[in-house]
Amino acid sequence: MAGSPAAVVSAGALAGVLAFLKDDPETGFAFLMDLAAADYLKFPSPRPGRFAVSYQLYSPKLGARLCVKAYLPAENPSLPTASGLWAGADWFEREAWDMYGIRFEGHPNLKRILMYEEFEGHALRKDYPLGRMQPLVPMRDAIDYEKVRQQSRRASNPS
Amino acid sequence: MPLGLEQKDPAAARAGEDEFRIEPTAINMGPSHPAMHGTIRLMLKLDGEKVVWADVEIGYLHRAFEKTVEHKTWNQAVPYTDRLNYCSPLINNVGYALAVEKLLGVEAPERCQYIRVIMSELSRVADHLTCIGASAMEMGAFTAFLYFIKAREYIWQLIEEVTGARLTISYTRVGGVTKDLPLNFGERFAFVAGKTREALAEVDALLSRNRIFLDRTRGVGVMPADRAVQYGFTGPMLRASGVDYDVRRNFPYLVYDRLRFEVPVATEGDNYARYRVRLEEMRQSLSIVEQALEGMPEGPVNVADPRVALPDKKDVYTNIEALMNHFKLLMPGHGIRPPAGEVYQAVEGANGELGFWVISDGSDRPYRVRVRPPCFALMSGLEEMIVGGQVADVIATFGSVNMIAGELDR
Repeated sequence: MAGSPAAVVSAGALAGVLAFLKDDPETGFAFLMDLAAADYLKFPSPRPGRFAVSYQLYSPKLGARLCVKAYLPAENPSLPTASGLWAGADWFEREAWDMYGIRFEGHPNLKRILMYEEFEGHALRKDYPLGRMQPLVPMRDAIDYEKVRQQSRRASNPS
Repeated sequence: MPLGLEQKDPAAARAGEDEFRIEPTAINMGPSHPAMHGTIRLMLKLDGEKVVWADVEIGYLHRAFEKTVEHKTWNQAVPYTDRLNYCSPLINNVGYALAVEKLLGVEAPERCQYIRVIMSELSRVADHLTCIGASAMEMGAFTAFLYFIKAREYIWQLIEEVTGARLTISYTRVGGVTKDLPLNFGERFAFVAGKTREALAEVDALLSRNRIFLDRTRGVGVMPADRAVQYGFTGPMLRASGVDYDVRRNFPYLVYDRLRFEVPVATEGDNYARYRVRLEEMRQSLSIVEQALEGMPEGPVNVADPRVALPDKKDVYTNIEALMNHFKLLMPGHGIRPPAGEVYQAVEGANGELGFWVISDGSDRPYRVRVRPPCFALMSGLEEMIVGGQVADVIATFGSVNMIAGELDR
């Protein structure tokens, strides 16, 4: 295989590995530069799982980058969330959920981010056809008052 | 029913509680709003003029870039990258080309690398001019906007002379660039640099010590260094918070390691610090271009590898090998075919680290192209920067983020 090296970690060990890489004073990977998923459904050579999530880390202390990668099965792909370690993981994980349907357990607000809530399927999966039509959705109010109310309740009682 | 008009509980009103308390007002900004460059929606809850809660909603400019390029050949993806950050499209072109070249294991010729540096830095200047100009205008400083947009116009004219287009330039190809610089580029650049420096000096004099501008920007939209790192901020926003990280210096690509430039860093992390950092970065970029023009060697601008670069048109029409080569590169199912594998290539975009995570399955089309847009991390931190501030400062802070919906939503 050509290209950049990646450390492949099992999905079960991922949370521990990421926490170590970030918090250990010798490694200090303080930046999560990117978190992205891929679907290997139509990849010619076999992979350990259908989906993969890659974490691009950067350590200012070592001046080094590291790619950590976990493969996931086709059925119910899920990973523990990294949003407790890096605040930036919140949106990246929402995008991976939106586009690939990968669940991040413990994520505070795992909703679609680029597509709308009524969108059916996950657009970047390899079995999602390029020209598929989506059903029309009813028109909504400019302000989603129900959402604002719920959110402010959550903001006032963080429990 | 709007929140502000909610019926009060009569029992509570009788007890004298909350009689003079005003319910927070919910307002909606965008997605179509003159100050929301591109399209983004902010839902805010205001207590008087203070923002007590905010929700950032993106995705209004999503056009399936990543899905589309999976169905195009490697070079056909280049025009789509123009539309990512449409304020500095050349940097996207360069980042994508570098990622694919890394997969292929080829390196563009030296002259091409210098040209890519020159064009990237010109784009960076144009991008920062737009950002400062637009955000100053939103705070009422219309003159700064006019001066900067005029300077940007000179840069765009220069870019047009090189690439043939102002915005949708598609200048790079895998293994090179479409055409060499025009013969009088040096003179033309000297003129443009002079005009840009004039505008920089004028706007510096107009804004940097301007009472109103200082009041609107100092201490507003503060992002402390540790939170900026948590969110994965990069580029001018991160450096304004006091973290010294620049891809061009920390992970040099092209010929940046041969050029001398400083990476401006501020510590305050507010809108004013971002303005200062961007202003200084433009001066550095102009100096980088001058150095690159001096050091640029003569030579070809495309790799000589027949598996990657198209042969000269003159040869295509006159000899059979070049004609076959031409067809081998353009026929469906042939073309450029990087070996199976994946790379992550980062370049310093105008807003920060622009990363391409590219996977190849060995065919003539990308298996997956993931773009790490710098704005995405920045926008996820916007909520934290605006909550607790005034509603009028939302626009000032949002302007300093320099969100580009094209790369944010892809």
